[in-house]
Amino acid sequence: MATGIKDKVAIIGMGCSKFGERWDIGPSELMAEAFEEALQDAGIERKQIEAAWYGSCSDPISVGNSAIPASMALRLDGIPVSHMENMCATGSEVLRAAAYAVASGAVDFALAIGAEKLKDTGYGGLPFVYKGTFNDLWLPLGSTPAGFAQLAAGYRAKHGTSKDDLKRAMAHVSWKSHQNGLLSPKAHLRKAISMEQILNAPMIADPLGLYDCCGVSDGAAAAIVTTPEIARALGRKDMVTIKSIQLAISSGVESGTSQWDGSYIRTTRAAAQKAYAEAGIQDPRSELSLMEVHDCFSITELSTMEDLFISPDGRAVHDILDGFFDRDGGLPCQVDGGLKCFGHPIAASGLRMAYEVYNQLQGRAGERQLVNPDIGLTHNLGGVPYLGIAAVSILGLYAGK
Amino acid sequence: MSKTQSFGITGFGGYVPRLRMQRSAIAAAHQWMAPGLRSHAKGRRAFCSWDEDSITMAVEAARDALENHPRDTIASITLASTTLPFADLQNSTIVAGALGLASEVRTLDVGHSQRAGTSGLIAALRQGNAPALFIASDRPRGKPASGQEIGFGASAAAFTLGSDKVIATLLASSSRTALFVDHFRGEGASYDYYWEERWIRDEGYLKLVVDTVETTLLEADISATEVNHFILAAPFKGVATAVIRKLGIAAEAEADELQADCGYSGSAHGLLMLAHVLERAEPNQIIVLAGFGQGVDVLVLRTTDAIGSFRPQRGVSGALADAQDHVAYLRLASYENAIDLEWGMRAEKSIKTALTEQYRASDQLPGFVAGRCNGCGTIQFPQLPYCVNPACNASRAEFEAQPLFDEPAQVLTFTGDWLSYYPAPPLYVGFVQFDQGARLLMEMVDVGAAGLDVGTPLRMVFRIKDVDKVRGYPRYFWKATPIQA
Repeated sequence: MATGIKDKVAIIGMGCSKFGERWDIGPSELMAEAFEEALQDAGIERKQIEAAWYGSCSDPISVGNSAIPASMALRLDGIPVSHMENMCATGSEVLRAAAYAVASGAVDFALAIGAEKLKDTGYGGLPFVYKGTFNDLWLPLGSTPAGFAQLAAGYRAKHGTSKDDLKRAMAHVSWKSHQNGLLSPKAHLRKAISMEQILNAPMIADPLGLYDCCGVSDGAAAAIVTTPEIARALGRKDMVTIKSIQLAISSGVESGTSQWDGSYIRTTRAAAQKAYAEAGIQDPRSELSLMEVHDCFSITELSTMEDLFISPDGRAVHDILDGFFDRDGGLPCQVDGGLKCFGHPIAASGLRMAYEVYNQLQGRAGERQLVNPDIGLTHNLGGVPYLGIAAVSILGLYAGK
Repeated sequence: MSKTQSFGITGFGGYVPRLRMQRSAIAAAHQWMAPGLRSHAKGRRAFCSWDEDSITMAVEAARDALENHPRDTIASITLASTTLPFADLQNSTIVAGALGLASEVRTLDVGHSQRAGTSGLIAALRQGNAPALFIASDRPRGKPASGQEIGFGASAAAFTLGSDKVIATLLASSSRTALFVDHFRGEGASYDYYWEERWIRDEGYLKLVVDTVETTLLEADISATEVNHFILAAPFKGVATAVIRKLGIAAEAEADELQADCGYSGSAHGLLMLAHVLERAEPNQIIVLAGFGQGVDVLVLRTTDAIGSFRPQRGVSGALADAQDHVAYLRLASYENAIDLEWGMRAEKSIKTALTEQYRASDQLPGFVAGRCNGCGTIQFPQLPYCVNPACNASRAEFEAQPLFDEPAQVLTFTGDWLSYYPAPPLYVGFVQFDQGARLLMEMVDVGAAGLDVGTPLRMVFRIKDVDKVRGYPRYFWKATPIQA
C-alpha cells in the first residue's frame, strides 16, 4: 500500500529570478538567475545534482524543445535532465518529478527548474497555443481569459449572485493582491490600484476587465530537493518538507457530459482532496497558515477558495469581501502578490508559489513575513476550468527528528 | 415532355443572412466622393458575416427546405453560384457533407453566369425521376462606392425535386444564347466590370428576355394574361416592370424583388424570389421565371393542388424578418474584404489544416455527429476512443451516430472575448448544452442587441470556422446562434 511522499523529501534550496519584462536577459540567463540562488541556498555544488527536471511551455519562442537548452544553460553535464510541459501547472510538475526521484531513493539531490520567456512575442498576453490537428478542426478559438470568464456566468447562474456583487468580490481579489505586491521586490507589478480603477478597466473577456487578469512576465524559479536525513546532516534548521503534491487532469467530464454545471473547477477539487489526504489535513480553513493559489484571473481565485474547500460553496464572495484572505485576515492568500503582481511566466509560476511558502515557513520573507506560519498550500492550474490541470501542493515545517 | 408532368418541385426554402446594412449608412460613408449614391439609400442590404459564404448559405437554405424530408433518398445535389469559395474543390460536396446526405449522392457545381441558377434548375428538372436537391447561393461583391455595393445582397434558395407530392411542375422551358456582355468578371478578379445600364436594359432585357419569354409561353400554350407571377431578377431597378409592360403581363404579377431587405443576390436571386412566390402561390397558378446572362433562360411552371401541403421551416419571409440592423459601414467593407484592417500580431497565427486529419474526421465533423454510448446513454462530442462518462468508459465501438445540428440547445456558459484575434469582435464562446444531453464548447455567432445569457435558446449553423489566408483555405464547422436576433 502506497504511503505517499509526506516528509520524505526536504527542500533545501530555492531560487527565483526577478519577474517582469526582462528585456535585458534571455531564457538561459533567467534560468541561471534562479539556479544560482537555489544552489547557494542549498549550499551544495552543481556537480552534486544527480537528476534535473526542466519545465517550459512556450518552446517555439523560448529556447526550443527538449531538455538540452536547460542542460546547456546550467551546464548539467552527464546527468539525466528531462523536459516537462503540462501547461500552467508545469512548475508544480517539475517539483513533483524531482521529489519522486528523491523519495524513491534513486538520487540524493534533484533539481526542479521552470522558466518562461513570454516577452519575446512582440505583443501583450500569452503566445499562440495550438490545440492539435483534430481539435483545430472544431474547437473554437478563444483566449485564456475567455476560458476563465465563463466561470462567472456559471457561478452566477448556480448561486444567484448578482453581476455587481460578483464583480466587486473579483475586484477585491485583485485589490488585495496589488496591496501585497507592494512588499515583493521580485514582483513585476508593484503598484497599488483602487477599486474604482479595477471596476472601470477596459473589458478583456466579459466580465473580466484588465485588472481581473494577471500580468504576463518573464521569469524562472528553481528548487533543490533531498531527503530530510541529508538536509539534517547539512545542518538545516527550520527544515521545509513536502507534505503532498497531487494533480488532477480533465478527462472530458466537464466539457463533454452534463455532470458539471460550469460554476467551479472540478480538477482543483479532486487534487485538493488527494493532497489533504496525503498531507493528513482535516480542516484546511483552520490548519493552513497561508496559500499561494493560481490567480490567473480574479474569478479563478474566487472559485478556487471554494474548490480548495476553504469557503463553502457560494460563500467565497462573502469571505473575500470580509477580508478573510487579506494579509491580516484569517487565511492570507497571495501574500507575495500572486500571479496578479508577479505575472505568469508559465512554467515558473508553480515554483514561484513554493518559493514564497518556503521563505515564509523559514521566517525569511522580509517585510511580507507572517507570524509563525507552519504549513502552506500552493495551487497551480493549467489550461482552462473545463480542460485543465490542477496541482495542489502542501509544504510545511518538518516536525520529525 | 411526359417526365415533367410527374416530376417537379416538391419543396423549397431560402436563406438571407441575418446581417443587414442600412443603405443610408453606405451612402453616407461615400458621400464625399459619390453623392449620387444618396438616390439608392433606401432600405437595407443583406450581407454575409465574416464566416458566411455561398457554401454556408446553401446549407442553411437546404435545411429550410428539408425539415421533414428524408435525406437518404436524395440522389443528386446541384449547387449554382458565381461566388463559390473554391475554383477546384467541389463546393457541393462540402454542402452534401454538412447536410448529412448519403455518400452515393451525385454532386455538381454550376456557375460562370448570372443564369447559373435558372440553367441549373432547368437541367435538374429535366434530368429525370430521382429525388434531387437544387440550391442556388450567391454573394456578389461590389467595389466600395459602386452601385453594386449599395444595391447587391446575399442569399440562397433550395428546392427539392421529385415525383411525390409535387407542388409545381415545369410546363415548358427554353433558353437562348447571346454574347451580350453587360458585365464580366475575370478569373481571380474581385469585382464585376459593368457597361451602361441603359444599353443593358434596352438591348438586353427588353429585347432578348422579352423574346424568349414569348417563345416559351407559346410552347407552354399559355397567354401573357394568364401569368400570375413573373420573376425576373435584375441588378438594377425597374427592369422587370418594363419587361412585364412590354409582354402584356399584368402589373400585379411582378414578383417582389426583395430590394427592401436583401438586394440583388446574383445568380441565386431569381430562385430566392421563386421560393418567396411559392410561399404564397395558390393552386394552378402560372409562374414565369426568367434568367439573364449571355442569353436567357425561361421556365414556365404551374402550381398543383398540393401547393398548400408544403411549408418550409421558416421560408424566405422568415429569413427576411430575422434581421439585425447595422450602420457601421466599415463592418461591411471588412467582411467583404474591401478593406484590410490592422488586426495585430495575434492575426498572424498559422491556420493550417491537416487534410489527412480532416479526412479521418469526416464521419463526425461535417455532419456534427455525436456518439450515443450504448453502455450508459451518454451522448458525446467529439467521439474519442472511450466513453467520456467515468462510470462507463465503454469503447467507441459501442457508440451510435447522433447528429446534433437540428437538436435544441441553450447557453450553459459564455463570454465575449476581446483579446483573441477574431474578425467580428468580440468572439462569443461558451458551452452549449443540448436538451438531449450532449454538450460542447462552441463559438456563438450573429449575437444581436439582446445578447446572451445562461439559458438563451440556440440553434446550430454551418459556418466558416477559420480562414487560412496563407494557403487560401477556409475550413468549416458548426456554430451556435441565438434563435432571437
